[in-house]
Formats: sequence, structure tokens, C-alpha cells
Amino acid sequence: MRLRRRVLPGLPLALGITLVYVAIIVVLPLAALVFKAASLGPEDYWRIISSDRAVASYRVTVTCALAATAFNLVFGLSLAWVLVRYRFPGRRLVDALVDLPFALPTAVAGIALTTLFATNGWFGGPLSLIGIKVAYTPLGIMVAMSFTSIPFIVRTVQPVLEELDPALEEAGQTLGASDLSIFVTVILPLLTPALLAGVSLSFARSLGEFGAIIFIAGNQPFSTEITALLAFIRLEEYDYPASAAIASVMLLTAFVMLAITNFMQARALRYTVRG
Amino acid sequence: MAHHGKGKPPRVGDHPLFRRALLTFVLVLVGLMIVAPLVVIGVEAFSKGVAYFGASIADPDTRHAIMLTVITALIAVPVNTAFGVAAAWAITKHDFPGKRLLTVIIEIPFSVSPIVAGVAYLFVFGLQGLFGHALQAMEIKILFALPGIVLASMFVTAPFVARELIPLMQAQGRDLEEAATSLGASGWRTFFSVTLPNIKWALLYGVVLCNSRVMGEFGAVSVVSGNIRGQTNTLPLHIELLYHDYNAAGSFAAASILAGLAIVTLVVKVALERQGAGRIQRPSALAGADTVTPEVKP
Repeated sequence: MRLRRRVLPGLPLALGITLVYVAIIVVLPLAALVFKAASLGPEDYWRIISSDRAVASYRVTVTCALAATAFNLVFGLSLAWVLVRYRFPGRRLVDALVDLPFALPTAVAGIALTTLFATNGWFGGPLSLIGIKVAYTPLGIMVAMSFTSIPFIVRTVQPVLEELDPALEEAGQTLGASDLSIFVTVILPLLTPALLAGVSLSFARSLGEFGAIIFIAGNQPFSTEITALLAFIRLEEYDYPASAAIASVMLLTAFVMLAITNFMQARALRYTVRG
Repeated sequence: MAHHGKGKPPRVGDHPLFRRALLTFVLVLVGLMIVAPLVVIGVEAFSKGVAYFGASIADPDTRHAIMLTVITALIAVPVNTAFGVAAAWAITKHDFPGKRLLTVIIEIPFSVSPIVAGVAYLFVFGLQGLFGHALQAMEIKILFALPGIVLASMFVTAPFVARELIPLMQAQGRDLEEAATSLGASGWRTFFSVTLPNIKWALLYGVVLCNSRVMGEFGAVSVVSGNIRGQTNTLPLHIELLYHDYNAAGSFAAASILAGLAIVTLVVKVALERQGAGRIQRPSALAGADTVTPEVKP
């Protein structure tokens, strides 16, 4: 510990640039949105955000995001496990491909998934024979949400799995515990903070996703219309107050999710950092 | 590591049957959910032959969309990079009140839906927004024009460079810079000859990811651009337009350019990760830049 720190130069310039940029690019638009929504008055605001169509859109968005996140929890954990603990040909390629959903623009993902899952598509054809329709149903929304958020759980769990001390498992094995019971009682508790961090990131992303979903969703009010699309439709109808109100609900949700994900990540990191 | 070679005991989940089952489950899902979407883009792009693919790309509207996307990236990415470096320098090399709050605010765009971002910009620069009428009086066009597209792109990518640099520069500390300035180096000299060599891979990593997002951004740009064909349509918007025009082959031809960019991005990303970029565990923004010391993995 040094008592007297030498002060490095450049703070006024660096902080000046940072504050101006953050103020204009990030804070100003969000403040303008809140201002617009607040100018509505409580009665109008409540009427818009509690309208049947808006509530139906929250239900569709939240239900599909929960289902997609549950799927990604199983898929993401399995994927991370396989990448860390098994050696197989093509492992590095699979590891690189995990990030494709982040690198691929959402509109491109949207048209690709829609083409695959349409009734004449590679997956949609066989699925329609057994009576399952994916494109233009809530299932399609779940598929798009799962796709765009796959990397979150894999990338939060992977480093924790890599650092897992083999001695802990060996202790269980020496005591004669089965693999399943070691996984449930030793490994899973160690992975839980990272899993929760990944789950909250994945869920938050699914709530806000737009591009990948609108192509495959069908976008029927009350059944396959997500909240982000409703905010967009209100704009196209020149109903700006309604758009502002609905967008402000999404913004508030995003802030709540940001607080939750930050808390989860801080917790996960505490469990990862070793002295 | 305790065990090597022949004596290595089987670990949990190493039972051959379980291993095979889990590997199959994962690889099938990766094939269906990640590889298949990529393959279908290529197949659909060439579904009407190479000549049609060429004609789709050479179409003036498509060429204009590509140009607009490239111009947007040429403005948004360098500005964003300058911001990211400035923010990381201020936050990691100095102490000032409100540092933690600033770190959180920089991360906000990462959590906000692109649609919300687009709608928010409308209420700043649109006629129903804060400055709309003033801008109209001065005949400055921001919405439904290039400036709006660039601003919306900057919003969604604001954290990209900063979030790569902040944890790394936090972990590297200030000792080298302090030594350089005490030996008489100027601030700029210190940055370029001491700091920059240590952060160059992480910086490039952030720039590549930022560029990928700018070129592919759909939701936010879709709100502010007005979708005017051949004028304010970026490549992702043009893909949507062609798709809804029932020109699937043309749409996928345009999409294949962005899919190609995504693959290049992944390859560069892996190469940069080999240089050590992107491997720092990020401390949470709310936990504060200085409460948790990030761990650099070997």
C-alpha cells in the first residue's frame, strides 16, 4: 500500500469525453422517453399499460422467455460440461460456434429460423407431420429467444467448471457416492451462482429481443405479439404516447433485470475468484 | 493438476455410456440450433443459382444498403472506440466520485431492448420529441437519415469497447503509467508507449465485436431509419424488406454477406482470444470497479 499516489494526467479530457458521450448517447434518449411517458398522466398511463392487448403481450413475452431460458439452462449446462470435461474431435469448432448467436445479426437469424421451421422447411416439414407447428406460433418465439441467448449460460458456467477442484469429486468417490449424487450434492451447488447469473442474463435478453422474433412469431395480437413489437406497432400507428408508455414498461423491466443480473454476476464472481 | 496419464481416475460423468449420450445430445442440438441456421442461409442464397445470387448482390438497392451499413460503421465504430478508451482511462487510472455510477450507466445499453432505444431516440429528435421542432426550424435532419442511424448504433454498442478494457486495465493497475510519468513522459506518450501495447488485443477485440453489432443492428435502426428503400435502408433492414417482398433468394443473398461477416468475426475473435483478449472475468458493474479484483486466467 502506497500512501501517496502520483496522479496520472488526462483525467479532465478522458472524463470530459466520457461524460459528454454518455450524456448525449445514453442518458438523454432514456430521459426523453421517461419524460414523454410521464407527461401522460397516471390515468392515461395506466389505461395504456394495462390494456388487454398490452397485458397479453407481457404474458406472451414472459412465458416464452421463461420457457426459452429453461431450455437454455439444460442445453447450456450440457454444452459447457461437454466443452470443459470431454475431449472430442471438433471441440474447438463447437466452442467457437457457441458465440454465433451473438455474432449473427438478429434479422439474419430471424429469416433463417423462420425458413427452417416453416411448414415447408427442413424442420417444420417433419414436425408438421407429427402435428407440431413452430413458425407463427409461441413455439417459434421460444426457438428465436433460445437461439439468441444460448451463449450466456455456456459462457458463465464454462470458467467455473474449468476451475472446479477434482479433489472435491474424488472425496465423494472415495466415500462411495454415485456420480449422480456427487453431481447433485457437490458440483451443482458450486455451479449454481454461475448458472443463476447466466439464467438472468439469458432471460433479460429474451425479454428485449426483437429482430429474431418478429419474422418467426406470426405477430397476431393476443397470441403471438411480443411487447417490443407492440411498442413498434404503436409508433407506426402514430400513437406516440402509447408507444412511450409501453417502451417505459420495458425500460423499467430492463433496469430491474440489470440490478438482478449484476447481483447474480457479483455473487458468481465471488465464488470464482480464488485467493 | 494432481493426475496425469494412465493413473487418472474417471471423474464424475466419465462413464462411457453417459459420455456418449450427453455428447450426442449436445452435438445434435448444436447441429440443429446453431449449424443448421447458418447452412440454410447459404443454401437459400444460392437456391436460384449463382447468377441470381450475383444479380441480387449487384442490385442498386442492395449495393446502397451495403454502402450505408459500411458508412455507419466507419463513423460509429471509431467514435465508440475513442469513447471506450477515454472511459476506461478515466475509470481505471483515476479516482473520482461517482465512478461506480458511471460504470453502471455505461453498461445500461447492454440491457435495454433495441426497440426501446429506437423509441427513445424518436422522443429526442422526432417532431413529437424534445428537439424535433427546433431541428426542423434549422432544417437539420437527424431521424430517417444517416445521423439517426449512427446515433442509434452508438447507443446499442456504447459498452462494447469500454467493457473489454475496464477489467483488463483494472487488473494491470497504474504502476507502469506512474513510473512513465515520473520519468517525465507526457500523458499521451504514456498512453501510446506504455498503456496501449498492454491493451491492444483487448482493444481490437472490443472493436471487432462493436463493428459486428453496428453492421448487424436491426431493432433500434429500424425505428429511427424510416426504412426508405435505396435511401435509409441499412443491410439488415434491406434483408427484411426483400423477405417481405417474397424475394427469399434475394433476401438470403444479402443475409449471406452478414453471415460471412459473422463468421469472420468469430475467426478473428478466436485468434484474439489466443492472444489473451476477452479472457478476463468481468467484475459486475454494480459491484464497483474497485471492490472486486478481476482474475486474469493463465
